[in-house]
Amino acid sequence: MHKILEARFLAENIKLFRIEAPRIARKRKAGQFVIVRLDEHGERIPLTIADSDTGAGTITIIVQGVGKTTKALNMKERGDSIMDVVGPLGMPSHIDKFGNVVCIGGGVGTAIALPTATALKKAENYVITINGARSKNLVILENEMKAVSDESYVTTDDGSYGFHGFVTQKLQQLIDNGKKIDFVLAIGPIPMMKAVADVTRAYKIKTVVSLNPIMVDGTGMCGGCRVIVDGVSKFACVDGPEFDAHVVDFKNLADRNKMYTKNERVSLKHFEHNCRLDKKINEIKTMND
Amino acid sequence: MAKLTAKERMQISRHPMVEQDPVERSHNFKEVNLGYTAEMAIEEAQRCIQCPKPTCTMGCPVSINIKGFINLVAEGDFSGAVKIIKIDNALPAICGRVCPQEEQCEQSCVLTTKYKPVAIGYLERFVADYERENGQVAIPETKASTGKRIAIVGSGPAGLSCANDLIQWGHQVTVFEALHELGGVLVYGIPEFRLPKEIVRQEINNLKTMGVEFQTDIVIGRTITIDELLEEEGYDAVFVGVGAGLPWFMGIPGENLVGVYTANEFLTRVNLMKAYQFPDYDSPILDCRDKNVAVFGGGNTAMDAVRTSLRLGAKNAYIVYRRSEKEMPARVEEVKHAKEEGVQFKILTNPVEFIGDEDQWLKAMKCIKMELGEPDDSGRRRPVPIAGSEYITEIDIAIIAIGNGSNPLIKQTTPEIEIGKRGTIIVDPETMETSKKGVFAGGDIVTGGATVILAMGAGRTAAKAIHEYVMTKPS
Repeated sequence: MHKILEARFLAENIKLFRIEAPRIARKRKAGQFVIVRLDEHGERIPLTIADSDTGAGTITIIVQGVGKTTKALNMKERGDSIMDVVGPLGMPSHIDKFGNVVCIGGGVGTAIALPTATALKKAENYVITINGARSKNLVILENEMKAVSDESYVTTDDGSYGFHGFVTQKLQQLIDNGKKIDFVLAIGPIPMMKAVADVTRAYKIKTVVSLNPIMVDGTGMCGGCRVIVDGVSKFACVDGPEFDAHVVDFKNLADRNKMYTKNERVSLKHFEHNCRLDKKINEIKTMND
Repeated sequence: MAKLTAKERMQISRHPMVEQDPVERSHNFKEVNLGYTAEMAIEEAQRCIQCPKPTCTMGCPVSINIKGFINLVAEGDFSGAVKIIKIDNALPAICGRVCPQEEQCEQSCVLTTKYKPVAIGYLERFVADYERENGQVAIPETKASTGKRIAIVGSGPAGLSCANDLIQWGHQVTVFEALHELGGVLVYGIPEFRLPKEIVRQEINNLKTMGVEFQTDIVIGRTITIDELLEEEGYDAVFVGVGAGLPWFMGIPGENLVGVYTANEFLTRVNLMKAYQFPDYDSPILDCRDKNVAVFGGGNTAMDAVRTSLRLGAKNAYIVYRRSEKEMPARVEEVKHAKEEGVQFKILTNPVEFIGDEDQWLKAMKCIKMELGEPDDSGRRRPVPIAGSEYITEIDIAIIAIGNGSNPLIKQTTPEIEIGKRGTIIVDPETMETSKKGVFAGGDIVTGGATVILAMGAGRTAAKAIHEYVMTKPS
């Protein structure tokens, strides 16, 4: 059991948790993830570690409620517990002194980009961050990103805050303005990562993405998280999750991630039904009391 | 009861296993084999002619005193019988179910040449179940504490048998497991209908009672390294029994289509994550109902996967295997059970391509027919493709069960451990010691994919060497 020491929403539907996990906190490096199982009936889902505190023995994860498990997780509060937290898994981000680097986070991907941006800053890179969201109310970690950046930008798709447009448009603008860029990290929805790869490919800028395929064990045993990189199958859990964006088969990843769309709908419906049921039962109980 | 003569004993015919009806069982996850009654066990045990020099024991990887335990079964002393087995084998209820006896003890039984061998495996299973069901499980005594601490990596058959010996010799034993549940392949790989998980849980509980400490959710090589176990956490020796666990693919086009599983993933979703109870359990699995499912491979894992797909409602469940049935590595009993349940065998058939639609969902497989040529390195006749014999079969789900390579996590973080060509750990076969001092290894991580009993044998060999190592090591 891993106790939740802090739980707060960063934006609508996006919640930060600080969890007791001393062994993981001690080992964790930027880019690594944990596998979480909420309870006895739970599934195992991978979540990137956003931060850790060795002294306090805690790790931080930032979760967007999408399916049943993430929605159930986001209902947890300080003092609640998570049954299983395993990690740190995956290879750490490759940190080097590249020169000028651009770290792009799209939506909740910003939470995953932040620790690597921090590490790149520590390695004496000139760090530019682009923090993209659909709309102003969904922008997360603006100050945290700014704190590790030499230049930082927020973009919103609807123009409600910061630069009006996609992260790729901001990136293109930087390139067009003659900024020399040596390395790009892009983490976010698959279409965004693909779009960034398409922009940087033309300029031969080394670009890395962090992939989020479906996973079960996270240790290389099941092979469910395989992705095609440069025509070869790689396991995101032991070979990744970061890969060279210019040779990732994004279509295969997107299609494979849709494998359980139907099941996910069923699971969510089942969950919401049970939630309503619980609420009703509590109402009746209170009435009876 | 008067002693039977050898001739009388040989006239008793072998008692077949009592099984669930094939049609009924192909729709449920309950155990297929139901086990002997006490009367059947005694009669079957009477078939043993008590050879002066028993060859059966020589066929057993852990050298169980088979003659001795069967003699007690014949006398109706079932508890005494299981005690004899437990001297050499910590997990008889498991081995009685999953060991390939027909290639080991039973193959070595002298009755085999003229009659059918004594059903050693069924008797082992019977006495272990008898002991458990009657609440008579005897917990072996442990010696006074030696003060030595041993870390065991992996809670599968190798690790459990190693822990069982070491705890009895007075050492402090901690088993680290990467998954959330204990048992390794016994819980994520072997299905409920062949090995009920309750039995595995009980065997592990016995080890807990004896004092073995278990820690789940710890990935050695990630959460803690072997060096840290030895240098920082104060362990005197480490046993690595992490299993093979990195699935092989066939290297044909379309293996990443949606609907192509490895057997590891398919079985883990069903066995460990209980996807067959979705949505009460959260982990999903593709709906097999009224679907065509093809499993590639001819081993026990392939049989487990194909029979699982039937239980999940598959309309057609195929085994696709490139050699002939004779070359199949699966146990005879598993093949027989699969056939009875309605699995269709496409032997001498090799897949060459998976075909999908534009959303990359699997739609069909293209296969080529094979014929047997000259024997290859494994001594089996090499399958050769028949030119122009390709054909297409519509399938919805494909499950690849052609074996496992070795997991890279330990070698990534402990480079001093010498690794062989196929990624397996190299050990001294006498002691199971690796090239790193104080680190021993056994099971599939050393041999590549093998059997539960071989892994258990390796765990015991290592335990002996670990005991000697820690007792002579200057502290």
